[in-house]
Amino acid sequence: MATPNDKPLSFQGLILSLQQYWADQGCVILQPYDLEVGAGTLHPATTLRSLGPKPWNTAYVQPCRRPADGRYGENPNRLQHYYQFQVLLKPSPDNLQELYLRSLGAIGIDMGLHDVRFVEDDWENPTVGAWGLGWEVWCDGMEVSQFTYFQQVGGLEVNPVSGELTYGLERLATYVQGVDSIYDLAFNDDGVSYGDVFQENERQFSHFNFDYADTKIFTSWFADAEVQCQTLLDKNLPLPAYDFVLKASHAFNILDARGVVSATERASFIKRVRDLAKGCAEAWVELEGAG
Amino acid sequence: MAELLLEIFSEEIPARMQVKAVNDLQRLLSKALTEAGFEFADIQGFAGPRRLTCVIADLPIKSPDVTEERKGPRVGAPEQALAGFLRGAGIASLDDCEQREDKKGKFWVAKLHKSGRAATEVLTEIIPQIMADFPWPKSMKWGFGNFRWVRPIHGIVCILDGRIVPFEIAGIESGNQIFGHRIMGPGPFTVSSFANYRQQLEGVGRVLLDADDRKAKISQQISEICNQNNLALVQDNALLDEVSGLAEWPVTLLGQMDEGFLDLPAEVITLSMAKHQKYFSVKDAKSGKLAPNFLVVANLDAPDGGRAIAKGNARVLSARLADARHFWDTDRGQTLESRIDALKDVVFHQKLGSVYDKVMRVAELAKQLAPLVSADPKLAERAARLAKADLTTQMVVEFTSLQGVMGRYYALADGEEKAVANAICDHYKPQGPTDEIPTDPVSIAVALADKLDTLTGFWAIDEKPTGSKDPYALRRAALGVIRIVLANKVRLKVSEQLLSFFHDRLKVHLRDSGIRHDVIDAVLSPDADDLVAIVDRVQALSRFLETPEGEQLLAGTKRAANIVKAEEKKGTEVSGNIKIALFTEPQEKALYEALQTARDKASKAITGEDYTAAMAALAPLQGPVDAFFDAVMVNDDDPAIRLNRLRLLSGIREALAPVADFDKIAG
Repeated sequence: MATPNDKPLSFQGLILSLQQYWADQGCVILQPYDLEVGAGTLHPATTLRSLGPKPWNTAYVQPCRRPADGRYGENPNRLQHYYQFQVLLKPSPDNLQELYLRSLGAIGIDMGLHDVRFVEDDWENPTVGAWGLGWEVWCDGMEVSQFTYFQQVGGLEVNPVSGELTYGLERLATYVQGVDSIYDLAFNDDGVSYGDVFQENERQFSHFNFDYADTKIFTSWFADAEVQCQTLLDKNLPLPAYDFVLKASHAFNILDARGVVSATERASFIKRVRDLAKGCAEAWVELEGAG
Repeated sequence: MAELLLEIFSEEIPARMQVKAVNDLQRLLSKALTEAGFEFADIQGFAGPRRLTCVIADLPIKSPDVTEERKGPRVGAPEQALAGFLRGAGIASLDDCEQREDKKGKFWVAKLHKSGRAATEVLTEIIPQIMADFPWPKSMKWGFGNFRWVRPIHGIVCILDGRIVPFEIAGIESGNQIFGHRIMGPGPFTVSSFANYRQQLEGVGRVLLDADDRKAKISQQISEICNQNNLALVQDNALLDEVSGLAEWPVTLLGQMDEGFLDLPAEVITLSMAKHQKYFSVKDAKSGKLAPNFLVVANLDAPDGGRAIAKGNARVLSARLADARHFWDTDRGQTLESRIDALKDVVFHQKLGSVYDKVMRVAELAKQLAPLVSADPKLAERAARLAKADLTTQMVVEFTSLQGVMGRYYALADGEEKAVANAICDHYKPQGPTDEIPTDPVSIAVALADKLDTLTGFWAIDEKPTGSKDPYALRRAALGVIRIVLANKVRLKVSEQLLSFFHDRLKVHLRDSGIRHDVIDAVLSPDADDLVAIVDRVQALSRFLETPEGEQLLAGTKRAANIVKAEEKKGTEVSGNIKIALFTEPQEKALYEALQTARDKASKAITGEDYTAAMAALAPLQGPVDAFFDAVMVNDDDPAIRLNRLRLLSGIREALAPVADFDKIAG
């Protein structure tokens, strides 16, 4: 484990340390979900598993895609594809804040030297009908995590309440390594930078997201995903049905990045995704509660 | 007397909720204890990032014994009724009751003695109840629990004279152990009294209990740092309130900002610091220009003197300002003129169209109003067209409160006239009763046009303010028009539909500046549409009424009006021509002539809008009016003479009428 005198953790070192730390706390360490998602919360291990009565502790890295945030690899702080480290503890333990702070220690942040603050920030994700209360966690003025006590998911009250921690890995790493540009991050300890791995991806995908994504295709994919999701819900199969919520949601994000969604359409798209997510949540809770 | 100490210790309470929460806690605790019969005077409350504390210094150990009387059945009522009464009152026999008598006869009264209750016992009931019903703006559940609080609770201290008041809520038992600063003094520490609590909390615990103390400490640190570095603080009291709610042990640090960002507009830097990072900005004490520094209030007394914290914060600020620089550069790549079309997509109000539609209306109106305020109509129209174009710039999308401010910068960058750029910035003003009023003619024209368009629009779709509801801030818009018009003497005719609303707002405005309500009513006729004239008249009348002549004339006119009114009530037809031939006393003739002169002079003065002169014209009336009442009896035996004198009195009112309705002034 790192101490303040050690060389700062590389990007992958940061991930490995967090995984080890949360594995030690009894979390199931999952791998990323294999679909495009806009946030780590949308992984079914969080969205669905936070519902129902069964205890569940997990941690995982999740790549996130936010097509509209791309900057062709030219902005040092904005990416259309980035990583979140996600922790979900259900029920939220009494010492969640302490566990979280110790995780910062595990990645080399010395609480005696750095100013860590919990600043009010209530989280909501209207596309999956979820909200919770919590904070942004600031370390020396930098937002390094989102800390949330879920209250509602898929439009349903949660019971028990889950505690969710989301670490923005790139930002956290720039803080730990003391660099100004994400692309300058040391990805490993052997000379590979974040830019070596991802800068070209950012350039190409920005062109795709903003310029060449075929809006006709994505409009039709959205509609197809909606139909498939509904079919699966009718068969009481919320897990595969939820995959199509994610697909619909991503299709919408692409359309949004292409600038073809008007303000009124936007509300209607979001409502359509939310209705599907709600259907999945209800079906899941029914199965979980029975099982 | 005992001392009660209550502390509710939780995870971080949002800064904006702390003050109200502790006020609510004090209020609810006082209310519940008072209702339970406890009297006390010395209650205090303290709020901080992780705790709400309440202390009562003089709580009685026990509530007083009380005797209640309960009325029972009539004497001699059936046995069953009496038995029921005794049972209900919990009394063994009628021997413990008294007989009383009222109009209907004798009846039984039971005297119930209630012993006072121990404060401890009462507190164990009321505190959990208060907490369960606590009025948080937003509250949450955690873990398996169903209890709601703003964030999870971790401890409750409740001691009465050092002894624990035992209760349990949300799975937490009350106790006497406190926790201090998370890093510097975590505790736990056992406390025995409020003095001991405060001493430990602020000593080993490294937590300043009182928000005022935290604020004072921050302010003192700020002034020390500023003095040492020749800096001056850019005051921001809302920010001071907020940061004092974010740190239990505030430590203010001076940070270094990358000097390269100083070419950004000062407003952008200050706002980016305050809104995103909660930093204070500072100016060079000599030049008054923004300095390449910031002040951050940390929650830690770090062994390196805060060097690492200041450095980390500086890096975050650089990233923020790099974003701002990106907006600033991109925004200037496009002229404001070319942005006007994009306002078609910005909704002003569903029924009133887009901001583009509004801008076009305002431009037309500003052009029309320009001559009224000696502005160049072309410049006014130009400024109005550009006034909202900054709404689609990235900077204003990010920092809404910079609307207008950025417009001004971007207009100057586009090479627009200075008057146009200033009007873009100033047309939102005044935003409230103390905000600056625009004084430049072009700014005045656009500011008035914008507000009048808003008012006219919302009136047309019947979205007027009602009661406390004014979602479109129409009262503020009207007050804005009033303040601009009065300060710049703009002879604007208020449209008929808005007139009564403007009269109401004008009354409020004048009352706030110390003018009596009745004096305003005396000159405010329902069709008065020239605000400047109304106010000149009100002020002239106010001044006049403060002179001895004014005061006496008012008394005289009141007396005359009362006599005339009393006659009219009896059905006497007073109106009609005064006949000089019927005058019998010199004082009648003198008053008549004085009235003629006063009326002529006052009317002339009013036509010339010289209200002071109009008042001066009335002043000489006071002597003849008083002389008339001293020497002349209105009730003459000859009804013709009597009527003539009544008409003369009525003439006083008529002579004054063009100046003010003296009837409405309180005598």
